[in-house]
Amino acid sequence: MKRDFTIRTLVGVLIALLLAGPLLPRWAMFLITVSLCYGTVVLGMMLLMRTGVVSFGHGLYYCLGAYASGTLDVLFGVSDIAVMLLAAVAVTGVVSALLGLLLRKYRDIFFAMLSLAFSMILYGLLLKTSALGSSDGFNVAAKTLFGIRIAGTEFERYLIFAVTVLIAFVAAVCMHKYLASHMGRLAGAIRDNELRVEYMGASVRNTIHVNYVMSAVLAGLGGALAAVSVGHIDPEMSYWTTSGEFVFVAILAGTGNVLAPFLGAFIFETIRSFAYEYSPNTWQMALGTTMLLVIMFLPGGLWSLFTRMRRAT
Amino acid sequence: MNQLLAVLIDGLIYSSWLFIIAVGLTLIYGVMKILNIAHGSLYALGAYSAASLAGYWINQGHAPMGSYAMMLVAAILVGLIAGPVIERGLLRFMYGKDEIVLVLVTYAVFLILEDFIKLTWGVDPYFLYQPYSLLGSFDVGNLTYPVYNLVLFGMAVLIGVTLVWVLTKTRRGKMLVAVIHDREMAAAMGINVSLVYFVTFTAGAMLGAVGGALTAPMISVQPGIGAETIVLAFAVVVIGGLGSLPGAALAAVLVGLVRSAAVHYRPELDLFAIYFVMAVVLIMRPKGLFSVQEARKI
Repeated sequence: MKRDFTIRTLVGVLIALLLAGPLLPRWAMFLITVSLCYGTVVLGMMLLMRTGVVSFGHGLYYCLGAYASGTLDVLFGVSDIAVMLLAAVAVTGVVSALLGLLLRKYRDIFFAMLSLAFSMILYGLLLKTSALGSSDGFNVAAKTLFGIRIAGTEFERYLIFAVTVLIAFVAAVCMHKYLASHMGRLAGAIRDNELRVEYMGASVRNTIHVNYVMSAVLAGLGGALAAVSVGHIDPEMSYWTTSGEFVFVAILAGTGNVLAPFLGAFIFETIRSFAYEYSPNTWQMALGTTMLLVIMFLPGGLWSLFTRMRRAT
Repeated sequence: MNQLLAVLIDGLIYSSWLFIIAVGLTLIYGVMKILNIAHGSLYALGAYSAASLAGYWINQGHAPMGSYAMMLVAAILVGLIAGPVIERGLLRFMYGKDEIVLVLVTYAVFLILEDFIKLTWGVDPYFLYQPYSLLGSFDVGNLTYPVYNLVLFGMAVLIGVTLVWVLTKTRRGKMLVAVIHDREMAAAMGINVSLVYFVTFTAGAMLGAVGGALTAPMISVQPGIGAETIVLAFAVVVIGGLGSLPGAALAAVLVGLVRSAAVHYRPELDLFAIYFVMAVVLIMRPKGLFSVQEARKI
């Protein structure tokens, strides 16, 4: 019986990050925070890919989450991180529940294209809304956490980092439990053969809808956390190339384990940061080449390397 | 009345442009069942090459009228080089894989070509205004339009008619249609499917590049035009039905008119309008306007 070290690894990483946080240089803490935000989004993508659908429009929820948390200050004067995250979850939950009613009937290319269309609709709307800054976007500043003032204190960066780490941890643990549950295992069955799942009495469409909403909420959380830690949001978050990056990281990481998206996101963010610094005109080429190599030689993503090594021992 | 005429004419011009950029994409999908995201960067390559070659031609002092020929020559060259390289060098090994995997492969090619363009031409914009302004303008009522837009419309009609003629009246074209309908049966009948794929992809690449070349005089050629255009091409192709040429034409007209109406009456909705039409069409006819009913394989 294969022993599952996932939860133990997750707890270990959580403790390590929380303890090492204050010792890390600012840039490293920021890098990890952003990778965890991306990783949360890709966690949702992984769930969808396990269900057999690839969404090319998750930038929609990433952007919605960010804008939902960002506009709270403008509309209601609220800039508490907890409220922002709740707003992101609420907005993305409602929107994905509605859109999911439609999207759950589509598969393959049409699912990808329709989700892309919705994300571009939001992009088009935000781009032309001068009240929200058009293509410039606007700045987001989180001032309190559960009512405790954090802006301007020396703990601000660490608290944002800690919140991100905790949320990523909770998301990963919940996803791991979900994937081991009855409904979670249905996802893999749907990917393999939908018709047989229907014959067995389970509802394919309901499962896809539920998984879609979950992945959208994760993307919204990622977007809200990114808004808080980066401090700036713009319509580009909803552009199809952002969704393409999520798909890329999901492919890079593979769908083997809940740790994989975070690992993949970390590697992606690291390469991107350093590539921007040293060679800004070739990093897309490097990304494309890596994706081709992964598709050709490692179709299970980077995580399949770990499973292969374990099998060898 | 005047505004309605303006909406119609602007819409038709935009539709011609949309058709030219979308037709290569739908052709490749129809034959090879690959949604070629790299089409966007082939479009950009065509635009950049046309700007370079025609710009060089004009700067050397040759007859400005020759710049049109130079634009097309550049586009055809791009198609003839990039098409075979991508198809033979990469896609050939990926046939048979899942559709979505092929989409990701073409996305990777798109990323690589985008940076290739940045490395070759730099990040500054290129301007090729001469072909656009050379032909002057003409009046319809009290609306003035550049004659170049007529050229665009003419090229769209020419491309459409040529493709339809090739596909329905020539022997090779009919073999291509056979491959579209049933690849295995066509191969069993002795058609060289591998060659058909090669020719189709090269033709699609050339059409994409031609689209870029024809657009170059109207825009500032800069990084990012590929990404903007490919989503529009997707919208048109998906609305019309993937793989259908009449579908692409009808979708181009529909999207062009809707967008033109949006630009004239509610300019802030112009980007939204296109994708809204795409969403609505997909909701009502999930596979596009001209889609073929397929039997579900279990």
